[in-house]
Amino acid sequence: MTVSLIVEQLLNGLQFGFMLFLMAAGLTLIFGVMGLINLAHGSFYMIGAFACAAVAAATGSYWVGLAASLAAAAAAGALVEVAVIRRLYRRDHLDQVLATFALILVFSEGTRWVFGSFPLYLTVPDFLSGPVALPGGIDYPLFRFAIILIGLVIAVGLFLLIARTRLGIRIRAGESDREMIAALGVDIRKLYTTVFAIGAALAGLAGALVGTIQSVQVGMGEPVLILAFVVIIIGGLGSIVGALVSAILVGLADTLGRFLLPVAFDTFMDSSTANNVGSALASMLIYILMALVLFLRPTGLFGTRAH
Amino acid sequence: MNREAAISLLIAAGLLAAPLLGNAFDEPFVITLATKVAILGLAGTGLNIALGYGGMVSLGHAAFFGLGGYVAGILASHALNYEPLFTAPLLVEGTTQMLIIWPVAIVVSGVAALVIGALSLRTTGVFFIMITLAFAQMVYYFAISWPAYGGEDGLSIYIRSEFPGLNTLNPLHFFAICYVLLILAIGFSFLLSQSRFGLALGGARQNAQRLATVGISPFRVKLTAFVISGMMAGLAGALYADLNRFVSPSMLSWHTSGEIMVFVILGGTRRLFGPAAGAALYIVLENTLGDVSEHWLLLLGALLVALVLFARGGVIGILAGQTRHA
Repeated sequence: MTVSLIVEQLLNGLQFGFMLFLMAAGLTLIFGVMGLINLAHGSFYMIGAFACAAVAAATGSYWVGLAASLAAAAAAGALVEVAVIRRLYRRDHLDQVLATFALILVFSEGTRWVFGSFPLYLTVPDFLSGPVALPGGIDYPLFRFAIILIGLVIAVGLFLLIARTRLGIRIRAGESDREMIAALGVDIRKLYTTVFAIGAALAGLAGALVGTIQSVQVGMGEPVLILAFVVIIIGGLGSIVGALVSAILVGLADTLGRFLLPVAFDTFMDSSTANNVGSALASMLIYILMALVLFLRPTGLFGTRAH
Repeated sequence: MNREAAISLLIAAGLLAAPLLGNAFDEPFVITLATKVAILGLAGTGLNIALGYGGMVSLGHAAFFGLGGYVAGILASHALNYEPLFTAPLLVEGTTQMLIIWPVAIVVSGVAALVIGALSLRTTGVFFIMITLAFAQMVYYFAISWPAYGGEDGLSIYIRSEFPGLNTLNPLHFFAICYVLLILAIGFSFLLSQSRFGLALGGARQNAQRLATVGISPFRVKLTAFVISGMMAGLAGALYADLNRFVSPSMLSWHTSGEIMVFVILGGTRRLFGPAAGAALYIVLENTLGDVSEHWLLLLGALLVALVLFARGGVIGILAGQTRHA
């Protein structure tokens, strides 16, 4: 095991963490402002990836594809909010879970209808392909490095949006007292649709970026969705800072766990058992982490109130 | 007899009649579908105790369902290879006797429900939903990455387990077993809901604080209900594995949890025959919409959304009207 390998895994963990943050930020915003749990959030991730793949193939430009992923996911989000989600805010969580679970069926099967069951592939744009040389003589794929940077930029942008803009003020006001800001003349319905569309767009962008390094297929959003839920539970529901910290934590724990645990068990077991035990434990690691956090702090790391 | 009782009787009779008619008209597939309804209805009846009577929205019941299935699969596979499960401290061998498999499945899923429930019940609301989901995912990923019992590929059961005096390979006989267990579970739920424990559970759902002031610990009441609920799901899982003669991690996946929840809500929460009615409707839809279009899941999803938005109370809620004790 070399230092460069560990650095590479650390960067992979960071990259994974930032992508989880893009998913989790939308989820936690939607929960914080509207009090809704949205299982269909993974569908926006999938829609973004498919839109990017289809548009990039049609126009030949990856960047147009990326823009299309944002637009398509935001449009799908706004549409669903107006048609279905809006009616669920006043319902209990059980109805929300069921309705958004049903929406997953609609989106997944609809996408399968349009694009078929075979995975699509995206090609990394030319000037982002190939490795980047990091200090210390470490080569790392440039595209993955770019994903980290994009994630970082979006995280900063989101914080600025919420802390500095009028929309951000309204979002924060909506979180703490929705009746009051409605009484102050803010169109609360439009605000909800906007927040939902922003969340969906972030998920769509994450789907397009991850789809570029993996593959674009139906159902790709679901494993990420559940991880994103783990992230916002660990971070504390409704907290963007919590989502960022816990996304990085989960990304690193998952990536490093898969890499280090089999090696660690190898020191005192025979190697095939060590591999089995290590990888089994690694795949459960973040769920164990979540159970632990909830046991010690039932509202999550940055959560303040119980919902 | 009130309307709900009449409807319940009708559902019970209909579920019994379907496989008999299927047998008479030589349509064995109908018997398989009815068996599936009985088994999934049993799993739903289990969840109904936690979700309906106890107000615990568990999105992790696939864990108990799948564990029950794996108990059946693992015991049967060891019986087939004549390899004991353990040799120390005492010899434990595999078996294909349902009367042994069931208690083991019930105990294993009950212990799992005890651990998961004790940890999860520290939280409420969304946190509870998510932590039960997380625990189920933990079991799911463990089953995928642990290669001893098939890992991702699952485990085949070559011969359906046996029940004394019956030929379980005869679809009607196997249906009879599942049907009787379903009715017993529903009867048990009825007794439970009428008992002092059931009243305490209703109290824990509606107002835990008030229950605590009367001197009953809501945590213990809820945990007990959660364990009973998990045990029923585990028993259903063991039967389901025997029906398909196959267990795989997909039994543990969160889609399974979602589906069991759909049965309960589709039929009507806190209705004795709700989960069975929901499972029946779901499976009938699955098989009729499947003929309409290969993309039947899209139709099903749209139908479910419409149901949540416009028809609260599920099938039995629509047919029987609101209960007086909401």
